[in-house]
Amino acid sequence: MATKASRSAARFMMAPAVVLLLGWMLVPLIMTLWFSFTKYLPLRGDSIDRGLDWVGFANYARFLSSSSFWPSVQTTLVMVGGVLLITLVLGILLAILLDQPMWGQGVVRILVIAPFFVMPTVSALVWKNMLMDPVNGIFAHLWRFFGAEPVAWLQDASLSSIIMIVSWQWLPFATLILLTAIQSLDSEQLEAAEMDGAPVLKRFWHIVLPHLARAITIVILIQTIFLLSIFAEIFVTTGGAFGTRTLTYLIFQRVIDSQNIGLGSAGGVYAIILANIVAIFLMRIVGKNLDA
Amino acid sequence: MSRTVTKQRKMITTAAAWTIGLIIFFPIYWTILTSFKTEAQAINDPPLFFAFDWTLENYALVQERSDYMKFLWNSVIIAGGSTILGILVAIPAAWSMAFVPSKRTKDVLLWMLSTKMLPAVGVLYPISLIFVEFNLLDTRGGLVVVLMLINLPIIVWMLYTYFKEIPGEILEAARMDGATLKEEILYVLTPMAIPGIASTILLNFILAWNEAFWTLNLTAANAAPLTAFIASYSSPEGLFFAKLSAASTMAITPILILGWFSQKQLVRGLTFGAVK
Repeated sequence: MATKASRSAARFMMAPAVVLLLGWMLVPLIMTLWFSFTKYLPLRGDSIDRGLDWVGFANYARFLSSSSFWPSVQTTLVMVGGVLLITLVLGILLAILLDQPMWGQGVVRILVIAPFFVMPTVSALVWKNMLMDPVNGIFAHLWRFFGAEPVAWLQDASLSSIIMIVSWQWLPFATLILLTAIQSLDSEQLEAAEMDGAPVLKRFWHIVLPHLARAITIVILIQTIFLLSIFAEIFVTTGGAFGTRTLTYLIFQRVIDSQNIGLGSAGGVYAIILANIVAIFLMRIVGKNLDA
Repeated sequence: MSRTVTKQRKMITTAAAWTIGLIIFFPIYWTILTSFKTEAQAINDPPLFFAFDWTLENYALVQERSDYMKFLWNSVIIAGGSTILGILVAIPAAWSMAFVPSKRTKDVLLWMLSTKMLPAVGVLYPISLIFVEFNLLDTRGGLVVVLMLINLPIIVWMLYTYFKEIPGEILEAARMDGATLKEEILYVLTPMAIPGIASTILLNFILAWNEAFWTLNLTAANAAPLTAFIASYSSPEGLFFAKLSAASTMAITPILILGWFSQKQLVRGLTFGAVK
């Protein structure tokens, strides 16, 4: 039983973490909200000290009506959706494969998860140059070997190329989580189904997939949160050109390149709302798990 | 009953898994291999897999060009500092939530998780302003604090799920034997919690090491860690594949090695305990 003393001690011990996170969340958030309602162009002399002009919802309206807004939303959706689809489908197949008895399972596992530990700037630059360079990249060598014309990946297929790079980074994560989930599958149930003569696809559809449902949902939610804020991979490859400007990157450009803080902040608020919609679903699942 | 597997089937799975594993690993393998070639050999067509003159000159060139050791040291300080600071703040919090839970514990945990969902780009400008105001721009101290705050929710969550697994009966038994709170923490809890704390440190060190939004946006010459060091290779300059490879190899090797030890914790840490 927790005594009254230990309870107040507990509250005291939680204080630093709670206070720090509260500050980290509220201070920048309030500033962003404030800026989003003002005209704030530091290069034209606007500054907090001199006072910012209140412009109401003008920035919000302008951000929405700008010609780059909808394309950026579309790019974001295609990128997140594409990476999710690739990592989930390949992840499930790979997890099932890795769950089978084989020689050198430990080594294969290490090979498969390695990309997750490569820092984003490295994986983006290695793919951009060593693999996707239209003249000297491995893909160009391979294409020429088969008599095909090498592709200028990051120009002509820029969005798909970035999806490929990001999928390579996140496939290990999906695989690892799905593998962990598969390993907790009751193998006797599968054997019983096998002995009853249920074909492979049926066994997968009726036993494996339902068992993985929760893990799949978690992979989707967590990856979505990380993928919505993909930055370095675009920053060092295309710099947002050739139709790879996501919402995150658009906001980044508004704030850093054009130094339009008001407009960028309004965009930031949209991004925060978008991320929170995803977050609510994730929290529900994690929260349920806390009760169990 | 264990499943009987024919030898033939095992051979097919082995071949398939190894092929896929090697394809996935190929970009890393290729980078490491290329780092030992000369620039001319690096772009040779057909690609050279074995027969080339192994050289270490790229490593020397990379160090000469931009003082790799300085960036490495920044990475170590920033990733290590933010992790240790985060652990120090999180241990008491996670300990109290695991052992003295109240009605609000769950809400606090979920709220902490929710701060992780704040898109960084949405608060980039305010944070830069604060950094300018407090002279933190391009300092390691500033990044240590930011990365600590970013990873704090994950640290608290991981520690919480580990502490939760320590059976409460052991604490009661210790109390019955007359252990004081201090003794209880030092001699009973700590030894049982050390593996969990170690895995938490490991995973968060890796996450902080690879963080590439704040490290790119809040540093310039002084405090830039390896993520920024590598980004400086993003504008091509003549033949540079071998140098890029050497720089990349140096940036990822320490973390690849650490990462292999943290496979299991990765799942628990990044799913906030929802998948174990």
